[in-house]
Amino acid sequence: MTTLKARVMEPDDFRRATTRVAHEIVERNQGASDVVLVGIRTGGDLWAGRIATEIERIEGKRPPIGSLDITLYRDDIAQRGPLPVERTEVPDLNGRVAVLVDDVFFTGRTVRAALDAINDLGRPRAIQLAVLVDRGHRELPMRADYVGKNLPTSARENVRVLFEEIDGSDGVEIHEPPRSAAEGQ
Amino acid sequence: MRPEVKHLLSITDLGRDEIEEVLHTAASFEAIGEREIKKVPTLRGRTVVNLFYENSTRTRVSFEIAAKRLSADVINVSSSASSVEKGESLRDTAKTLRALGADAIVLRHPASGAPALLARFTDAVVINAGDGSHEHPTQALLDMYTVQKHFGSLEGLRIGIIGDIAHSRVARSGALGFSRMGARVFVIAPPTMIPVGVRAFGCTELTELDPVLGQLDVVYLLRLQRERHREPLLPSEHEFWATYGLTRERLVRLKDDAVVMHPGPMNRGVEIDWDAAESSATLVEAQVSAGVAVRMALIYLLMGGQATAEVA
Repeated sequence: MTTLKARVMEPDDFRRATTRVAHEIVERNQGASDVVLVGIRTGGDLWAGRIATEIERIEGKRPPIGSLDITLYRDDIAQRGPLPVERTEVPDLNGRVAVLVDDVFFTGRTVRAALDAINDLGRPRAIQLAVLVDRGHRELPMRADYVGKNLPTSARENVRVLFEEIDGSDGVEIHEPPRSAAEGQ
Repeated sequence: MRPEVKHLLSITDLGRDEIEEVLHTAASFEAIGEREIKKVPTLRGRTVVNLFYENSTRTRVSFEIAAKRLSADVINVSSSASSVEKGESLRDTAKTLRALGADAIVLRHPASGAPALLARFTDAVVINAGDGSHEHPTQALLDMYTVQKHFGSLEGLRIGIIGDIAHSRVARSGALGFSRMGARVFVIAPPTMIPVGVRAFGCTELTELDPVLGQLDVVYLLRLQRERHREPLLPSEHEFWATYGLTRERLVRLKDDAVVMHPGPMNRGVEIDWDAAESSATLVEAQVSAGVAVRMALIYLLMGGQATAEVA
């Protein structure tokens, strides 16, 4: 079991970060008419829904959203064993701007897998990356286009993103495992 | 899947939770078959051997497509085109295949129990693709998937399995699987075709179809396996047709939302009427297309974590 070390985002911080990222997406893409939000399961798809709501408030139109399960594209299936696979439902990406959405950006391996998965689903005009929390410790050459919060962490800590619909309220927490044997997100 | 489930030899290797896991995973895999690029890289570098000692098109092709969609390499070995013809034993064939790097062996064999034997000599994953009159567990899984997808759940459904029960591995695995998932299974056949001890599968045995026909949610028909009959079990095919066949008259007496299933190959005019086979109530095509997704799920769940299972 892990113990709570700090609560680093409260519902208001969460909402403000989401609003800012939504504005940045709209600004960078000169509107959102070509944007498709692709949330990485599970967590990213929930945050993608929040961003879509914010974009709808700003632009008057809700962008299409999809949810992507990257399990079958992971590079560690052989080490970790067969993890549960959920449905991938992604709208047509051809010629659109796909904004990949994830809750925690850590080693970059999840995003690498997501890029491969998108490659098999269509050919977007561009792919961008939005993350709620960037906690560092990248193992691959990647960076996010939109970041809700930069959060310096140690590799052994766990970053947990809470969503109202699952956990009762929105927020971000840092948890610490007892002694050694740390496994990341 | 519990780590001790290394092979699928019998449907009873899987508990209800594990069957649900396979069916749930299959639902996610079904979407891959609807994409333009019907392939995921999950089992890159792994090898699946289809070792078939009996003819089969449907099952072999279904396993082959399933493994290829997961990016595994697939090798097909049939007994007529291999050293088996030169008298090689199953054990030696298995050793050879393992030495050549097979990670999984999908075995179809005319002898009941052959997959269980194979699993003792090899550390590859063994999947039973039909052994004699014993079991055909992946057929049961795809049938459960098809019924669950159609009705939403298997719990409480009345399922009639009709025909040559004694010689049918499909019936055995199906009856065991359906009852494990909470359905009520009736096996309906001439007395000569009901195996001894069928009640142990958790089913009700009946020698007449007509009294229960109108109560069944699923009418599951089987082919007469004449190649496995050592002595005549029926006065005539016509007699079977008159008492157990899904005739046009029987088709209209089905419940409104009842469905008709058949594992194939169908013998029209023996167990199923020509028109009944084409009727909107049949799920035969759904069964075939479910086969790929269900076998992908199973291969993934059995092979995906093999490396860890060995280390840990």
